[in-house]
Amino acid sequence: MEELIQIENLRKVFGEKEVLRNIDLTILKGEIFAFIGPSGAGKTTLLRTLNFFEIPEKGNIIFKGMNSDIINIRRRMSLLFQTPAIFNNSVFENVAYGLKVRGIDKKIIDKKVGDALNIVGLPGMEKQNARTLSGGEAQRMAFARAIVYDPQILLLDEPTANLDPVNVMKIEEIIKRIRNERATTIVLATHNIPQVRRIADRVGILLNGELIEVNSKEGIFSKPKDARSEAFIKGEMIY
Amino acid sequence: MSSVDFLIQGIVKALELIFSLNPYILSITGVSIKVSCTATILSTLTAIPLAFAISFLNFRGKQGLITLVNTGMGLPPVFVGLFVFLMIVPVGPLGFLNIVYTREAMILAQYILITPIIAGISLSAIKAVPRSLIETVHTLGGTQKDAVIETLKEARFGIITAVLAGLGRALAEVGAILIVGGNIARTGSVGGIGEGLSETRTLTTAITSETSKGDISTSIALGIILICLVLSVNILANFFQRRD
Repeated sequence: MEELIQIENLRKVFGEKEVLRNIDLTILKGEIFAFIGPSGAGKTTLLRTLNFFEIPEKGNIIFKGMNSDIINIRRRMSLLFQTPAIFNNSVFENVAYGLKVRGIDKKIIDKKVGDALNIVGLPGMEKQNARTLSGGEAQRMAFARAIVYDPQILLLDEPTANLDPVNVMKIEEIIKRIRNERATTIVLATHNIPQVRRIADRVGILLNGELIEVNSKEGIFSKPKDARSEAFIKGEMIY
Repeated sequence: MSSVDFLIQGIVKALELIFSLNPYILSITGVSIKVSCTATILSTLTAIPLAFAISFLNFRGKQGLITLVNTGMGLPPVFVGLFVFLMIVPVGPLGFLNIVYTREAMILAQYILITPIIAGISLSAIKAVPRSLIETVHTLGGTQKDAVIETLKEARFGIITAVLAGLGRALAEVGAILIVGGNIARTGSVGGIGEGLSETRTLTTAITSETSKGDISTSIALGIILICLVLSVNILANFFQRRD
């Protein structure tokens, strides 16, 4: 697989606390890469750094085949937050947002919004005010909003936290479908180990800001290289 | 005559003045509305961009500017009146404008008084917009301009409330405009009361002068109009606060 994102010696500090240290990692094109680790391990900060919301104190992030203009790189990716922020507007306007800021033609917008809503299982809900959606529907709408402009990279921060099992299953189906149909590279941050087992290709374990192990899904669950990884996977790591 | 009879008689006469559309009362109301609305429009054009600049840009002196806005929200009107007066008197730095005792001077004083109020309340409304919403604009490929537009949409009711609060303050203000405007009416009497039509006389300054002259019914009439105007503005502000 082709390399897409190269992270080199990344360090991020908040005040006195070093939240990311010496992160070295390559993310491959078209894979589902999952960061797992306990709360406060630095997963969200890493995703936010990849999306330019945080500026690292040290290190580099290289997006292969993309120029260095932040707005252009950002326009090729999308970050889905744990709790999606919803514009006080219709579902259509929310989903169409990313296309409108790119100046896409209205006819294409209509088609793409319809397609995205079909993928997430919300067809025909274009006119509904987005703030009246249930939690699961809102997350799926946010998913449609994130994929409508075909990003090359989809960053997902705990996308199924606080959702019921049915919605968790639907979101996981959407993630797999997007990867399979569009070859989108997906970077997922979660502490949901069964979910990683179900959908990830490769896994990185973050602990106290340090990437202690990167391995294939099979490798991490059957033969972890680090004792701390094994303890976390088995649920023996108590904080 | 008892004090109650005196008051009732004053109110009845005041209502007669209002409903007969007395020219003196109308001219004062007109000046009040024109001066306050003009000052509010000019302040809005300054305060809202200022609030957005403080919220979205990082620049040297930003914290000082926030302190200035917060301090400005509680400026004593008579101090502002004195300050503007000293600026615009013929020997002052803005003396060349030749606007002492004019409506322009009153607009300038009200502008200084209410710009910090509109900016301060707008700033709070903008800060109340969740950071995640602005970040969502960016992550979806929006620019800083798109983020400002979405913030404006989200904070619109709070910003409208800020503008109405400024207008309410301008309408009710007396100290500053009395100093710089001079409470001037033309010579002669119209409609059998007061003096001639208002030049720089507003509802608030006219109430002070009519009361000191002992014309209670005219004062009450002006007071009723003032209260109705301020009440209308506050009802509107409450409406938008509830929508928020």
